[in-house]
Amino acid sequence: MTNGKAKRPRRGRSRSASGAAAARRARSDVWRLRLYVAEGSPRSRTALANLQRLCEEHLQGRYLIEVVDLRLNPRLARGDEIVAIPTLVRRLPPPIRKIVGDLSNVDRTLVGLQLRVES
Amino acid sequence: MSRRQARPVAGSIAKARTGIEGLDEVTGGGLPQGRPTLVSGAAGCGKTLLALQFLVSGATRFGEPGVFMAFEETGRELTDNARSLGFDLARLERRKRLLIDHVRVERSEIDETGEYDLGGLFVRLGHAIDTLGAKRVVLDTIESLFSGFSNASILRAELRRLFRWLKDRGVTTVITGERGEGQLTRQGLEEYVSDCVILLDHRVDEQRSTRRLRIVKYRGTTHGTNEYPFLIDEDGISVMPITTLRLEHKVYRSRISTGVEALDGMLSGGYYRGTSVLLSGTAGTGKTSLASQFAASACGRGERCLFFAFEESAAQLQRNMRSIGIDFAPFVAKGLLRFQARRATMHGLEMHLATMLKAVREFEPQVVVVDPISIMLAAGDAREATLLAARLVDSLKSKGITSLYTSLTSVNGNEAQSDVGISSLADSWLLLRELEANGERNRGLYVLKSRGMPHSNQVREFLLTSRGIRLRDIYVGPEGVLAGSSRLTQEARERARALAARQEIESHARQLKRKRHSLDAQLEALRTEFALEEDELRRRIEDARVREGLHARDQAAMARRRGDGSALLRRADVRPSRGKASTRAGATA
Repeated sequence: MTNGKAKRPRRGRSRSASGAAAARRARSDVWRLRLYVAEGSPRSRTALANLQRLCEEHLQGRYLIEVVDLRLNPRLARGDEIVAIPTLVRRLPPPIRKIVGDLSNVDRTLVGLQLRVES
Repeated sequence: MSRRQARPVAGSIAKARTGIEGLDEVTGGGLPQGRPTLVSGAAGCGKTLLALQFLVSGATRFGEPGVFMAFEETGRELTDNARSLGFDLARLERRKRLLIDHVRVERSEIDETGEYDLGGLFVRLGHAIDTLGAKRVVLDTIESLFSGFSNASILRAELRRLFRWLKDRGVTTVITGERGEGQLTRQGLEEYVSDCVILLDHRVDEQRSTRRLRIVKYRGTTHGTNEYPFLIDEDGISVMPITTLRLEHKVYRSRISTGVEALDGMLSGGYYRGTSVLLSGTAGTGKTSLASQFAASACGRGERCLFFAFEESAAQLQRNMRSIGIDFAPFVAKGLLRFQARRATMHGLEMHLATMLKAVREFEPQVVVVDPISIMLAAGDAREATLLAARLVDSLKSKGITSLYTSLTSVNGNEAQSDVGISSLADSWLLLRELEANGERNRGLYVLKSRGMPHSNQVREFLLTSRGIRLRDIYVGPEGVLAGSSRLTQEARERARALAARQEIESHARQLKRKRHSLDAQLEALRTEFALEEDELRRRIEDARVREGLHARDQAAMARRRGDGSALLRRADVRPSRGKASTRAGATA
């Protein structure tokens, strides 16, 4: 579950296309993000779109997004203590950060991901 | 208590039994089945425990698995805490009867941006319910979410949706909430949970704590509206459904001995079974002793007796009672007698009532002694104490238990005004009082009232001897009643008088006997004399007769000699008797 693709894997079992290269980067500066959504929820779609746009802008080439649909995998909600949907979890780099909501406020999202220091 | 009450009444809403002692009674059968119930209260008043017990009894006794969603404690903490109350949560989890899901919401880890909902919570809960086939759910304390998320309006909407969702799923839910300012919960959850609201309270008055439970609302059910005391002990929560106060006790005609034969006599056979007896008196008048005698006599008949001692420890009481010949040890050993000795100031009144009723429920005695009930005053105000006494008395009466209460009255006070106001609750009321005269103090006993039976109006002297309690008649003299040494003097005097009379009678009897003896002797002498004289006279009569016979013969012989002499002579010569005749003739001559 630690690996995922930058595109839209349903769940993070599928390995990245770049294989070994990605794995190497994962050890250094790759951001691992997991987005918990519920299939069919408009908010979830908005959140994923917002997240992808933001990553392309700020973390190009060094991020992995894993999308978890809790409707299909309710078991996974316990692991990351998911209560709200959508929830974005920054698993790497540490510490773990959580951002709930549809990520429509880019500034707040960047602050939440600690990509920008709050001014 | 009565199972009839616990069963849901036909036509009313379905109930899920909590398995919590007393709560099912107060709620008329349990919590509303398939609906949410809000349990609110300040921190540390037992909300979590109540919820947990609801789940555990559902899982173990009613075949309803449950999900515990903990927002405050972790699963491990919860399991540890529950173990101290005898719940093995880990085992229930292994057997898939219970699932604990700890929802940790860390404010510092979470940022919010844009719209969201609590879909994750729904998913988790739904999954847990489906996994177990759960029928019961606890959300403890869901309001914690308000400290984890900042958008309160979203949370409110989502909680409203959650409760509706739970209702749709048909699970019986307990939602705990912390008491807030001016409302039942901090976030006003009562607005969303409208089916049943239970309020827990933990008050401390004058350093004594009392837990109370009140049903604020229960849609579709009549319920008790009182504040019910409850206690938390090693068996979990038990609520005291403090009597319906309906006065519908079963009535017994049979009597139960007071333990003192003479007192049974004064009451025409003893107390009625299943009634309440008040024994009041000033200090040192023998209340505890009389109560102990009653207890011992019940145990002697093989009945179980529960003795609540608020002044002495069980050991001290046993030692002291041995001095008047009451040995409790064999009864204790046989399990017929149980002491519960507590300082009255240890708990608040409700707590006392709660522990007492719990003990009664466990021990199932036929006889209960409370020594003394007046000390309850020390644990609360008079009005409350009266209420407590009423609850206790009614509760015991409804179980058909004969109860005896001692009550200490102040020396100056009016005895008829028993402090606790228990007097009207008592069916029989005995008064022990001091009789002070001639420089000594004695004990007197009389029956002030005894409902439904003829009883003596006499004051009796009440003696504590090494062989038990004795009642004696009291002498009423010109200076009042006589007791103690005055009575002894009087008794001695009476004894002397009786002795004198007896001696007189005996003396007369002896005299009579003597006279009869002498008469008999005289009669005997006369009779002897007479017999002698009679003999003499008879002899003389005989002699006279003999003489008369001889004379006649002589004359006949003479006549023959003169007329036919030869023939007679011849015949006389042949007969050998001739000599005799001649001798007689000679004597006569």
